[in-house]
Amino acid sequence: MPNMSMTKNPMPEQDPNVRNHNFEEVAMGYTAEMAMDEAKRCLNCKNMPCVAGCPVNIRIPEFISKVAEGDFQAAYEVITDTNALPSISGRVCPQETQCECRCVRGIKGEPVSIGRLERFVADWYRANVNAMPKKPEPNGIKVAVVGSGPASLTCASDLAKKGYQVSIFEAFHTAGGVLVYGIPEFRLPKAIVQNEVDKLAALGADVETNVVVGRTYTIDEMFEDGFKAVFVGSGAGLPMFMGIPGEALAGVYSANEYLTRVNLMKAYREGYDTPIKDSKAVAVVGGGNVAMDAARCAKRLGAKVYVVYRRDEEAMPARREEIHHAKEEGIEFLFLNNPVKILDDGHGKVRAMECVKMELGEPDASGRRRPVEVAGSNFELEVDTVIMSLGTSPNPLIRSTTPGLEANKKGCLVADEETMATSREGVYAGGDAVTGAATVILAMGAGKKAAEAMDKYLQEKYSK
Amino acid sequence: MVKIVRKKVLNASVTLLEVEAPMIAKKAQAGQFIILRLDEEGERIPLTIGGYDREKGTITIMFQKVGLTTELLGDLNEGDYIRDFVGPLGQPTRPELGEVKRVCVVGGGVGCAIAYPQAKALHEEGIEVDVIAGFRSKDIVILEEEFKAACTNFYLTTDDGTYGEKGFVTDKLKALVESGKQYDAVIAIGPVPMMKFVCKTTEPYNLRTLVSLNPIMIDGTGMCGCCRVTVGGEMKFACVDGPDFDGHKVDFDELMNRNSVYREREAKEKERHECRMEKLGKEMIH
Repeated sequence: MPNMSMTKNPMPEQDPNVRNHNFEEVAMGYTAEMAMDEAKRCLNCKNMPCVAGCPVNIRIPEFISKVAEGDFQAAYEVITDTNALPSISGRVCPQETQCECRCVRGIKGEPVSIGRLERFVADWYRANVNAMPKKPEPNGIKVAVVGSGPASLTCASDLAKKGYQVSIFEAFHTAGGVLVYGIPEFRLPKAIVQNEVDKLAALGADVETNVVVGRTYTIDEMFEDGFKAVFVGSGAGLPMFMGIPGEALAGVYSANEYLTRVNLMKAYREGYDTPIKDSKAVAVVGGGNVAMDAARCAKRLGAKVYVVYRRDEEAMPARREEIHHAKEEGIEFLFLNNPVKILDDGHGKVRAMECVKMELGEPDASGRRRPVEVAGSNFELEVDTVIMSLGTSPNPLIRSTTPGLEANKKGCLVADEETMATSREGVYAGGDAVTGAATVILAMGAGKKAAEAMDKYLQEKYSK
Repeated sequence: MVKIVRKKVLNASVTLLEVEAPMIAKKAQAGQFIILRLDEEGERIPLTIGGYDREKGTITIMFQKVGLTTELLGDLNEGDYIRDFVGPLGQPTRPELGEVKRVCVVGGGVGCAIAYPQAKALHEEGIEVDVIAGFRSKDIVILEEEFKAACTNFYLTTDDGTYGEKGFVTDKLKALVESGKQYDAVIAIGPVPMMKFVCKTTEPYNLRTLVSLNPIMIDGTGMCGCCRVTVGGEMKFACVDGPDFDGHKVDFDELMNRNSVYREREAKEKERHECRMEKLGKEMIH
């Protein structure tokens, strides 16, 4: 009998006023009973619209029916057949715009909670089985992967499973890209990311940290050293600033810097050497997921936190769930407000941020109503820290040191939509390096497509 | 992990370490830097590459013990390891400098450790290189013999006159220029106030001056903007656009202000030095 409840089984969460003082995971996950009950809400429909909404095409009804039966091991195998990183995607995917928005149950009531079920299965496996994958028979062909974020991990994993000798080159001292430096512990525990990297190593992939491609090692040198193909998944890590007065004051951070200090360097933990500013009041400028992450980190470090966004709540690019969580945790939102200047305390530190109120005018090229300043509405917001979360663009280091690698005006690498092949033979690219800042799941999808195309290319060229 | 193969104590606070890092040694050029992290709890700190041996595959770093990480680093010995060591980062100086025949390299204190490889590299190219090395006092003088072998004219100053000529590097530089010395460029490396005053000294003569900036850094690859500096009114990231910039265009006061953000916290950290050293020692054994 299917479970015809109109609503999703809620997921237990830490109390907002407890969790906003710690970095432990907010959502605590389904129990086996909750998961089996939720799984019974799936109608197992024939045309499976949910699968088409998933960038890595997980066979959703098939895994969910295994969950409903209580065969979690089988469910895990179905998921990992197409998705290398289920404990990550189950947590950070915007399911509401991917698989779940196409779910038939969502027409009347809430869709099946596909993300929570995926997460449950992956967590169950890690807690109860956690078998490391077996190293496949090597095919003797070397491939290089630049970066170790979600696009690269997915691509590397798919290639390693096919027997390629994969080497991953990561600039930081820890693999994982945005999964370790960007997304905070309370949304994605770092032990989970490490577990995925360990699985990759078990498949035979070699993870070389502290290698900055373009400086320590170039793509040309990789080919000279016998790599037959290269995947570039270097992301979009270059932060933007507003160009307003006062941005160089002490106490103004890019979200990337703030999050890197907190997440990668663990500045929030006693005993770690990397410092972070003790802030009384913080303004986070921007409305994306990164802004939500920065705001929620600042809150956990004990500050009063404002999110300052120039459009209205509707227009915020952040996930609804994250905005909701941030509000629950006591973060204040100042919609239709834009900073014009950051003010000095007389000693080179931030004293306040001058903002101007905005109203929505005519729609712009993107179809959204353009915010325009309300003359004379300027006011000072008293803060001692400002975090700029205005988006990022790809780092120019790789394209500037790789002859023949084409990029567009925005600095994104140009790659074929289907094969992810770049303008340079044997070089493929995917994730934010191609699209500019996007989502983890889109990066994973691109890594998957690239791995398929690379396999085809390499088999035609080198396997006889 | 990189292994320390040589350690030389240059003075009470400045130490030289040579480490095995073949990939970096293959590429390194004067003016570039590395970022290192000592252990799992460690912070990432930038240090300029003081020398490299492409054949041996080694990189030399020289640093002053000014806080927790450099104290811990200074306590390591030959045979010990540094957990993370990444580079070469930043732009090399030579292309930035362009066509020159006569250059004056000015080093201040521990900055001399970075000025030295610059002077040496230029001198080996056949360029006429004068060096002015300035120290607070006689007891902290470093690299005197090395400098003498790596330049055309060597001038040493101490603030208190206990060794060499009494006075600041800027006094000497001004005197040389006034005496008719024609330089195509000045390279100034040292504490921010010293670089600022060298630039003030050369500005009236319209004498091109390159400075090597030392803002706070985290990643060193351009992904956070922590090291942003204002040069000619524009925001630049020192880790990718620099660290060398036209000194006459740099906002030094802003740099000094940004470098002071964590001063209180740094002082506190230093107190934890003792217990950390013990732990680091244990990790080395296991």
